[in-house]
Amino acid sequence: MKPETLTRPAAAGLGLALLWFSVLVLIPLAAIVLSSTAGGWQQFIGTITDPETFAALRLTVLQALGAALVNVVVGTTIAWVLVRDRFPGKAVLEVIIDIPFALPTIVAGLVLLSLYGPESPLGINVVNTQQGIFLALLFVTLPFVVRTVQPVLIELDQDVEEAAASLGAGRFTTFRRVLLPALIPAITAGASLAFARAISEFGALVLISGNTPFETEVASLKILKFIEGDNRAGAASVALVLLVVSLVVLVALDILQRKVARRG
Amino acid sequence: MAETDLSPAPRTSTADTAPGNASAGRPTTATAATTPPRRRRAPRTPGRHGGNRPLRVILRLAVIVYLFFLVVWPVSLVVLRTFAPVGDTGGWDAFVTRISDPAFLYAFGLTFTAALWAVGLNAVFGLGISLLLVRYSFPGRRLLSALVDLPMSVSPVVVGLALVLAYSSNQGRFGPLLQSLDWQIVFSTPGIVLATTFVSLPLVIREIVPVLEEIGTEQELAARSLGAGAVQTFRRITLPAIKWALVYGVVLSLARALGEFGAVKIVSQGASFNGETATLLVANRYGNFDEASAYAAAFLLVLTAITALVVVTILRPKEHRS
Repeated sequence: MKPETLTRPAAAGLGLALLWFSVLVLIPLAAIVLSSTAGGWQQFIGTITDPETFAALRLTVLQALGAALVNVVVGTTIAWVLVRDRFPGKAVLEVIIDIPFALPTIVAGLVLLSLYGPESPLGINVVNTQQGIFLALLFVTLPFVVRTVQPVLIELDQDVEEAAASLGAGRFTTFRRVLLPALIPAITAGASLAFARAISEFGALVLISGNTPFETEVASLKILKFIEGDNRAGAASVALVLLVVSLVVLVALDILQRKVARRG
Repeated sequence: MAETDLSPAPRTSTADTAPGNASAGRPTTATAATTPPRRRRAPRTPGRHGGNRPLRVILRLAVIVYLFFLVVWPVSLVVLRTFAPVGDTGGWDAFVTRISDPAFLYAFGLTFTAALWAVGLNAVFGLGISLLLVRYSFPGRRLLSALVDLPMSVSPVVVGLALVLAYSSNQGRFGPLLQSLDWQIVFSTPGIVLATTFVSLPLVIREIVPVLEEIGTEQELAARSLGAGAVQTFRRITLPAIKWALVYGVVLSLARALGEFGAVKIVSQGASFNGETATLLVANRYGNFDEASAYAAAFLLVLTAITALVVVTILRPKEHRS
């Protein structure tokens, strides 16, 4: 399929689309870059290396990495169960997986507090703890790995696994030599998406993380604190770090997918 | 629970009866050609080799337990507490009283207004930009195609901050200009609309682009060679083919727009009757120890979200998306 070059009405449409996209997305994001470096790079570096801010960024990245790793294991397992297993009620699981995507983030926080909050029937209260943050991140990132691995697993013929097994490969060898290599690109893609989502999460954490500096303060809530303290440059600096991290993840993902597409 | 599992492969069978397939027959055939055909119908026989059985059951149970504690139990608790008695009032009547509070009506009204604007803008822009990205070549096309995905991976707080830094009348770079035009964007409804539109921007595009790529241009070219104009070709050939992708994208955008919290929190005053959307109301009421109201509003949002989810599951064409 050869795309045509722009006709006159198409060019006008493109101009209009670019204008809207700039007004809505590009100009505001550029404003962040400008504001974060308004006081010079020195000030930007100073802001993000300030112990309190740095602790928030570190906590955010570590928690997001942890959540992504748990999702690698759990998400792949869930995908495998959804594709290869068969039992009554499986269709319900399919819907349950998507609930964290569909729920508004603030409601996700409220939902978790109902079981793991002050009035917990289990007697567990995770408010203002790092475990609480981790729990919220696991909730909001649940579908990513499942939904990237699932289609690949469906495409993957079960015959190959059976052939490996019939040739004497043990369960673990089959998994490691046959299943895993085919799934790794999808797992990585899902994990990066989960990571990107986790570092930028806000709504689900507002009610759970108690915002104690050095303890339970994550980057997005640090930005809020800066905004409320009328420190625009500070807010923009932390925002810029988050923006850059998301961009890096996005680019890495694009390269990965291109590579996989070429190989396939 | 057995009645929910009507067939061995629920995803495949629902899609077969979904309207998406009847009208967009081509995309399915196109996909089928690239994949082994037996995959579609061959009945799976899990547990064919008895040795895997214990492992299978252990994994199944582990998954169910994990999802039960992470999702099912918490969500059902919110539903239960919405209708739980508080003091001597409770149940359905108390719920109705809470949600007919004027502040509730204002909040949900504002949320729906913003969401409808966002969905409308995104549908028009998404349709246009998808056509441009797939059907035309121009310098910077790949860059634009990467950039339109950006809004989904930007933190909602960052989105809100970005809009404030650009358009707030006293702090924004365009503040003086907007003020001289007497346009109040941030801290009023247009700001909420912009924030909501920003975060749900890529959803329509993501649905339409793959379908446009799959259907190719043959039919469009045929129509053109038979004398159809550009508009007629679009209306008779292209639009019917991408119709379900568009609907699907719109439902996803709507769900995302109704639930937006972070970006709206930054660009809105967030006070009762003054920029308090439904999600802000949940946060505010919970913060003010009015948990019953927070649960009631959350319940309505959960209901909307799950309805959207069910609609999407029904519409989802086979082998669609990851």
